[in-house]
Amino acid sequence: MNQVVSVSGLHKSYGANRAVDGLDLTIEKGEIFALLGPNGAGKTTTVEILEGFRMRDSGDVKVLGVDPAIKGSAAQLWRDRIGIVLQSTMDAGDLTIRESVSHFATYYQSPKNPDEVIELVGLSEKADALGRTLSGGQRRRLDVALGIIGNPELIFLDEPTTGFDPEARRAFWSLIRKLRDEGATILLTTHYLDEAEALADRVAVINRGKILEVSTPSLLGGRATSLATVTWRDGAELRSERTSTPTELVTQLSQSFGGEIPELNVKRASLEDIYLEMIGGSDE
Amino acid sequence: MNKPTALSIGIQRGRLEIRQFMRQRESVVFTMLFPLILLAIFGSVFSDSIAPGVTFSQYFVAGMIASGLVNTGFQQLAIMIPVERDFGTLKRLRGTPMPASSYFIGKSILVTVSMLIQVALLLAAGVAFFGVELPHGADKWFLLFALLILGSACSTVLGIAFSNIPKSGRGASAVVSPVVIVLQFFSGVFFIFTDLPQWMQQVAALFPLKWMTQGARSIFLPDSFATREVASNWETGRTFAIITAWLVVGIIWAVRSFKWERD
Repeated sequence: MNQVVSVSGLHKSYGANRAVDGLDLTIEKGEIFALLGPNGAGKTTTVEILEGFRMRDSGDVKVLGVDPAIKGSAAQLWRDRIGIVLQSTMDAGDLTIRESVSHFATYYQSPKNPDEVIELVGLSEKADALGRTLSGGQRRRLDVALGIIGNPELIFLDEPTTGFDPEARRAFWSLIRKLRDEGATILLTTHYLDEAEALADRVAVINRGKILEVSTPSLLGGRATSLATVTWRDGAELRSERTSTPTELVTQLSQSFGGEIPELNVKRASLEDIYLEMIGGSDE
Repeated sequence: MNKPTALSIGIQRGRLEIRQFMRQRESVVFTMLFPLILLAIFGSVFSDSIAPGVTFSQYFVAGMIASGLVNTGFQQLAIMIPVERDFGTLKRLRGTPMPASSYFIGKSILVTVSMLIQVALLLAAGVAFFGVELPHGADKWFLLFALLILGSACSTVLGIAFSNIPKSGRGASAVVSPVVIVLQFFSGVFFIFTDLPQWMQQVAALFPLKWMTQGARSIFLPDSFATREVASNWETGRTFAIITAWLVVGIIWAVRSFKWERD
């Protein structure tokens, strides 16, 4: 079974607000899958249904082959196989990192080694420090450690790098890739388009409770074949032109300038441009 | 592959809860030493005997032990759990395979240990500084043990149930503490119960603290004092029946209302 998550026809309403309105989604084993969408698009509701925190109104949902709405000991067996990294927690301030991670290990049937997990998230030097003494980024890495200690097949990561400095984000991204390389499947929700671009094997854009498109970051929204924008300086004027044949245009310009083109810039649409166009476009 | 049981995880949680509790110095001081401070104040202010062979300290120690059941169970949990809900502790636990019962086992262990420490401190300080006499005879000690276990269980489940009432962790203490303090005044912890206005006595009789206090008096005061109770006897059977009834109410209330997440 290679489908780790499969969702079809998912609906969830809060009163008159149809938060999730007929959503279909498939996540394959071993991929990093990013879910993008503006606030209120139905992202959080969808993920919380997949995590078993929220009940759906209708639709078929399978996570690791199990309906996340199950209860009792079957739910515990299922939870043994997933790891959830929530947004902004601030608990366990009076425990050391090692105490917290070792304790969470006792919940699982075949956990990872706590010291190895602490090492993996880069907190070895802080292993004996109390949770309340950690910085924001270290705190987040502790959240990840607690989410992966059970050796999960599927990891939910919710806005993992909010508030990180650029260096910490890069370190964090390589940690996420390492987890994927070890065989875990990762469902990432994020506001940062560059994060999705750097990490995700596939991205889905969600708006108004529906999936608009699922694709790789480089192909989303026809990005690879979209027009390129060429800008250059012509005397006092900064000129730009959108074209499907930028190389040809640059060659022509180079000939007419006799070599170097002043302030030349050739730019394809960024993931962010495409994304904004997509969610704006559904806004008729 | 060894499957951890709800009980084994619960015991692990209990150890963790105690460790966390001990590291919060303010709460240790407040929960453990505050009753001793009260005993010192009341023991010094009211130094007269209230009946032949019964000092006010002796009467007061019975009330403070009953209060200890409420402080370490009801008050501690009804303030602590809303904070854990705000901090995301509960939601995080909900996302793991930890059985829900393990969480409650852990809390019960925390309450039992902090309750035993508090009672031991109260008795030690009472005997050492305020001439408090320990219970006479094995049957009184047995009754004390039974009252502590049942009372603590009752107080624990009511604290878990009540933890859904405060809107936030920050406001929890402001909601919970007045309830406890009013009940303490009404239930004859600080004053001699039969000296209170009748309506107060009747209101107090609806709640478990009055019965815990009366039960503790039946253990710490001489049997001759029983004639000065409202019913002219200790009402031991009724005491245990009412605390048990509240235990059952608390279990049903807690199971039905417990939330792992702030709405």
